[in-house]
Amino acid sequence: MAPAQAHDVPVVPDSGIVPEKARGGIGIEINGERFRHEGDPQMPLLWYLRDVLRLTGTKYGGARGENGADLVLVNDKPVSAIAQPMAKLDGKRITTVEGLAANDGVLHPLQQAFIDEDAIGCGYCTPGWLIAGVDLLKRKPQPSDADIDRLPNTCRCGCQTRVRAAIKRAAAGRASQA
Amino acid sequence: MSASNGIALPRRRFLQILAGTAGALVVGVRLAEAAEPPLPPEWLGNHFQELGAYVRIDAEGNVLIGARDPDTGTGVATALPMIIADELDADWNRVSVVQLGLGIAAGANGQPQWTYGRQRGGTGDSIPAAWADLRQAGALARWLLTQAAARRLGIAADRLRCEAGTVIAPDGRRVTYGSLVDDASKLDLPRQAPAPKAPERYTLIGKPVGDVDAHAIVTGHAKYAIDHHEAEALVAVLLHCPWPDGTLAGVDPAPALAVPGVVKVMLLKPEPGQQPGHTVIAPAVAVLAENTWAALQGRDQLKPEWKPGASAAASSGALEQQATALLDGQGAPTTRVRDNGDVDKAGKRAARRFEASYYQPWLAHACAEPMNCLARIDKDHASLVVPSQAPQQAWAVVQRLTGLAPDQIEIRVPRVGGGYGRRLDHDYVAEAVMLAKAVNKPVRLLWTRDQDFAHDWYRSASVHRISAVIDGKRNLVAWNQRVASASALAGRGVPADRLWSSEVLPDQLPAGLVPNYRSDWYALESALPRGPHRAMPHLSNAFAAESFVDEIAHLLREDPLKTRLRLIGDPRMIALKNGGTLDTGRLRNVLQLVADRIEWKNWLRSVNGLGIACWTMDGAYVAHAIETSLQGDKLGIERVVCAVDVGRVINPLGLQGQVAGATLDALSTALNLAVTYKDGQIQQHDWKDYPLASMAQLPDNVEVIVVPDDARPPTGASFLAMPTAAPALANAVFRVSAVRVRRLPLMKEFQRLS
Repeated sequence: MAPAQAHDVPVVPDSGIVPEKARGGIGIEINGERFRHEGDPQMPLLWYLRDVLRLTGTKYGGARGENGADLVLVNDKPVSAIAQPMAKLDGKRITTVEGLAANDGVLHPLQQAFIDEDAIGCGYCTPGWLIAGVDLLKRKPQPSDADIDRLPNTCRCGCQTRVRAAIKRAAAGRASQA
Repeated sequence: MSASNGIALPRRRFLQILAGTAGALVVGVRLAEAAEPPLPPEWLGNHFQELGAYVRIDAEGNVLIGARDPDTGTGVATALPMIIADELDADWNRVSVVQLGLGIAAGANGQPQWTYGRQRGGTGDSIPAAWADLRQAGALARWLLTQAAARRLGIAADRLRCEAGTVIAPDGRRVTYGSLVDDASKLDLPRQAPAPKAPERYTLIGKPVGDVDAHAIVTGHAKYAIDHHEAEALVAVLLHCPWPDGTLAGVDPAPALAVPGVVKVMLLKPEPGQQPGHTVIAPAVAVLAENTWAALQGRDQLKPEWKPGASAAASSGALEQQATALLDGQGAPTTRVRDNGDVDKAGKRAARRFEASYYQPWLAHACAEPMNCLARIDKDHASLVVPSQAPQQAWAVVQRLTGLAPDQIEIRVPRVGGGYGRRLDHDYVAEAVMLAKAVNKPVRLLWTRDQDFAHDWYRSASVHRISAVIDGKRNLVAWNQRVASASALAGRGVPADRLWSSEVLPDQLPAGLVPNYRSDWYALESALPRGPHRAMPHLSNAFAAESFVDEIAHLLREDPLKTRLRLIGDPRMIALKNGGTLDTGRLRNVLQLVADRIEWKNWLRSVNGLGIACWTMDGAYVAHAIETSLQGDKLGIERVVCAVDVGRVINPLGLQGQVAGATLDALSTALNLAVTYKDGQIQQHDWKDYPLASMAQLPDNVEVIVVPDDARPPTGASFLAMPTAAPALANAVFRVSAVRVRRLPLMKEFQRLS
């Protein structure tokens, strides 16, 4: 029997693994979960959320989102979801109203304050108020009335005075914990 | 007949309705295909027993209560179940509210039989209607549970009492509703409806209760009609003809069809002979696509050729001229609505006469949730999700267009994103049904905001010309109010001699308080669609009348609160033409309450301006006092107080929200809003053209005073606070600036005058 040749190259069986091709599409993170959009890159985020993911908390307000019903946080900045084509969002982190509560269901203090103040009319524009309010409280933990005056949202039901009270309640709760 | 046979709805159907709501809450969003209601009944289990049409209880004592009226933000989904829960002596913490769909069964001769009686929201009568029959629904369920407990304990039912979901015997033994419900559901129904509780035993009615949908709303899980999907459904978006009476000359569908995802381009036409609200509002081209984005892009490619109708030259400016000419002329009014004493004779003996005209613009509904509808039309079944204020009227539209039997039509009404009267008409339902039938697939119709603004059932503009006669003793002895507007009822099958009734009310203040009183209505013609609008016609009439009273006070050099109190007079009961009663004591009371709260005694010397106004509608009373400031040319609303007397209050927290909300809506409308048209076309297409007030424009707080009044049955309150906010504001603006605003919107007119 011929001795094994020491310099033989070991034979590696074919694993069948092929390197992954570079991925197409647009990768975004929404409420802590990652998604990849391979459709029309010009599709606005609003329709991606509502039609594709069926994440319907973010509401349609109008062609330019002027009433604030479609506000979402993109990398922590409040923006109108209808004005954001998916192409601009690759690698971005998005929070919608569904993502404001903690994973265990504990509400954001502002969500709880909206319940406590009954700061709800028909409720359709409420998600947008929450997104704008959460952003305000992050920038200014103790917002003044003038700060609250600058919220971009509108509401025909007239929830504004109760929203103001809810923002102050959430701010006061935070102050008492600090 | 047993209790479970007593309900008109088959069990399976209730569970479907219920599953629709529960499923939306418990199933994760990205399992949406599976989550779309109705879920199979098996998913929910078979644990709940029925105790009448509105109450379900399981063995653990969990209670489900059905809410029958659509909640457009009025709080009826909370208040109506509260009435039932109190009568049931349920523990509110164990109650879940289920929004009921349209309750319908096949009646005689193919006619529908309404399971829940009237189902309507946002028209101010949900609470009074519920007070008349939902207390009995709760009392019936309690009666059944008490009977079951009596049998089990061997004690007469009338010696048992109920408390927070438990029946309690005189010897202290307690039986929970959960353990009784199985027996209770098998009992025969009583021959006579069990009597509701004595009011002193209420435990929930009158207590502040938060909105039952609040948690779902703040977490984004509340599903409005616009949030509903169905597998295979096509999204439809529309381009309506810019002229309501125009026609489509032609359209090339090819460029739209070339957009990936676009499936079909279709035409919609109004049906001749159909009343407004029952058919398509104007000719339209519909783009149907696999998703909204594709549909919108397809629509962008369309270049329809529209042909104007007879209204091509019409404008809101010309309509106002028509109104002014009518009021300037000596022609007879279309209708003399009310005539007391002799206004003309009183005028001849006048010590002083005074006249003013008030101009109020066209208004849109501007619902946050635009018109939309999900429709699935099969051969023997139609299933719709509709943001409607009146699902029974929606049903009539579906029935006419499909020919289906009453119980083959299923209509679900989730929480509605605003109504204000817009959703009493169902043109958008007709469109969705027509499209779904034509493509043989479910259709998810979406009106984009531009369509929603430009194709509304508007509130007509109006001109109010009021003249008053004051005698030598400074008393108001004659009031002549002449109103020109385009009736909201025109074209709706209402006889010509009743068209005034949407524009002027015979009993509106100060009718009944002035010996010589007359109100005349002059019909304007307009091609613009008109329909019900929040608090109309109180809104426009109160602005004119309560501004005018202030002008009289100024003329008399009198404190306007005093002028009003003199006009109202001593507390007494005055019979109204509509069969009701004006209680001047209650009117005085709300007026005095807001005056005291805002410290009216400072009226003369305050640097800021104080304004006041009062009104009554449908047996309820309201007053506003407002403080305005002026810095340079910048008006500010510093303080707003509103007092209401609505009889018994069901949910004080809900009432506060409605009063504050309607106040802000009325201020926003008065400050900023007007619909205009030119060359027959609406000029408002987006929020920037119809700018609801910003947070900065509105007051930081609305102080709400509720008159305790448990002796009287409850009235509706969702728009009670609308009529007095604008005149109180205009009166306060006059006080601070000496500028009398007689034309709305106020901001624009104030800037023009100052």
